Amino acid sequence: MTISRPVNAEQASTLAGESRAGSGLHRVPSDVPFVVGLCVLGSVYVLLIGGMLLADLSFTTPGNFLAALRSEDIRYAIRLSLISCSITALLSLWIAVPIGYLMSRYPFRGKAIFDAVLDIPIVLPPLVIGLSLLILFRTPAGRFVERFIPMTYAVPGIILAQWMVACAFAVRTMRTTFDQISPRQEQVALTLGCSQSQAFWQIVLPQARRGILAAGTLAWARALGEFGPILIFSGATRMRTEVMPTSVFLELSVGNIEAAVAVSLLMVVAAVIVLLLVRALGRPPL
Amino acid sequence: MIVLENVTVRAGTFSLSGLSLEIPTGQYGVLMGRTACGKTTILETICGLKPARTGRIILDGREVTRLKAAERGIGYVPQDGALFSTMTVRQHLAFALVIRNTPGESIRTRVAELAKLLGIERILDRKPPGLSGGEQQRVALGRALAARPSILCLDEPLGCLDEDTHGEVCDLLKRVRREVAVTTLHVTHSMSEAKKLADCTFRIDGSQIRRVIE
Repeated sequence: MTISRPVNAEQASTLAGESRAGSGLHRVPSDVPFVVGLCVLGSVYVLLIGGMLLADLSFTTPGNFLAALRSEDIRYAIRLSLISCSITALLSLWIAVPIGYLMSRYPFRGKAIFDAVLDIPIVLPPLVIGLSLLILFRTPAGRFVERFIPMTYAVPGIILAQWMVACAFAVRTMRTTFDQISPRQEQVALTLGCSQSQAFWQIVLPQARRGILAAGTLAWARALGEFGPILIFSGATRMRTEVMPTSVFLELSVGNIEAAVAVSLLMVVAAVIVLLLVRALGRPPL
Repeated sequence: MIVLENVTVRAGTFSLSGLSLEIPTGQYGVLMGRTACGKTTILETICGLKPARTGRIILDGREVTRLKAAERGIGYVPQDGALFSTMTVRQHLAFALVIRNTPGESIRTRVAELAKLLGIERILDRKPPGLSGGEQQRVALGRALAARPSILCLDEPLGCLDEDTHGEVCDLLKRVRREVAVTTLHVTHSMSEAKKLADCTFRIDGSQIRRVIE
């Protein structure tokens, strides 16, 4: 037990002054618990992700994996996925580059609303997107389009369903890319005799190259994993509208878990490659 | 000749109105003012990058108030140089001429001429990320002069240079003034720059431009 000695006002102020001046007296609690806390909380999540992937790996054998890949249905699904995702990625860029540039450079009335609308596909539940597309193609305008391009329960519909979501992510990426490029260079190009479109093609686009690749890769990856809208809008018909997530769903529903895991692992590999690519491309240019 | 008649400009939250200024043909004008007083906005308005709300801008007897930036025939050097990060120095010097569909032979001659004037022959094949501050300013100046503009607008061209480079680029600007017949408007907050370079000096005082009588 400590017995405190009463001090007068003058002594008290001297003591306070001493403790302020003498930095050696100020004790800082250890940083270890804080850092350990960060590490523990962080690793829980990372371990869970790693554990999940390892469990997938341990569930299948190379034999099972190859058997799944030999199945005609699954090979069709892989082919359709790769083709549809690539078309979706290109279509997404085709729209995302101009929208990203528009949003980054031009002020206009209603921009905030336009911006919010662009986020709708990101926040909307995937099933709702599928259902909304289905309803859209029941309207007279939708039926008119279907006279030329079959959409509902057909392959173009798969691309449309993938594109609805993937494009929103590509738009976000492109906007950030253009935001990071100073408009100064375009302004100089204008004074040097360029039209706005010449400045865009010659000055901005070459600088946005990495961003474009990142946006395309991201759109491709989103499209590969898209399932909800495709299931509702395009159905799950084998050898017709079956993409890789549909295969996982169909194989699971008939109890063929080995095949479902094999296809899942293929998608995991694709996702990891995409992740590494986006990381590599996302680094700021020198 | 650069003439502003009763020009109003707006930048963000503030506006400057009733701006008038005249720099006779071939002279080197320096416009001084405190940081964030609207100097850059005035320069951008002359270049056509920001609209003039009222008034007239006349360059070499031609009214350009409503013309696009590309049609004004101004060489513009912004504060940070704003070099094109994907192009080589050579491509910078050729840029304005390529846009104008100038024949290749004339472009090559002009690039060589500019590189000699600005002392950048040795860095023609390099790209901006590897260049020093002084080199970047030289390239930006060369890019602006390539199409032989009659007007040159410089925004704090010596602003972010260290002391040695500052003197070097200052001498270069004097040389350009001597060798190239171009009416110049140089914006700065530094009195010493004005003293070294200016034929005529102006100061932004409140919301007016006043001529400083030596």
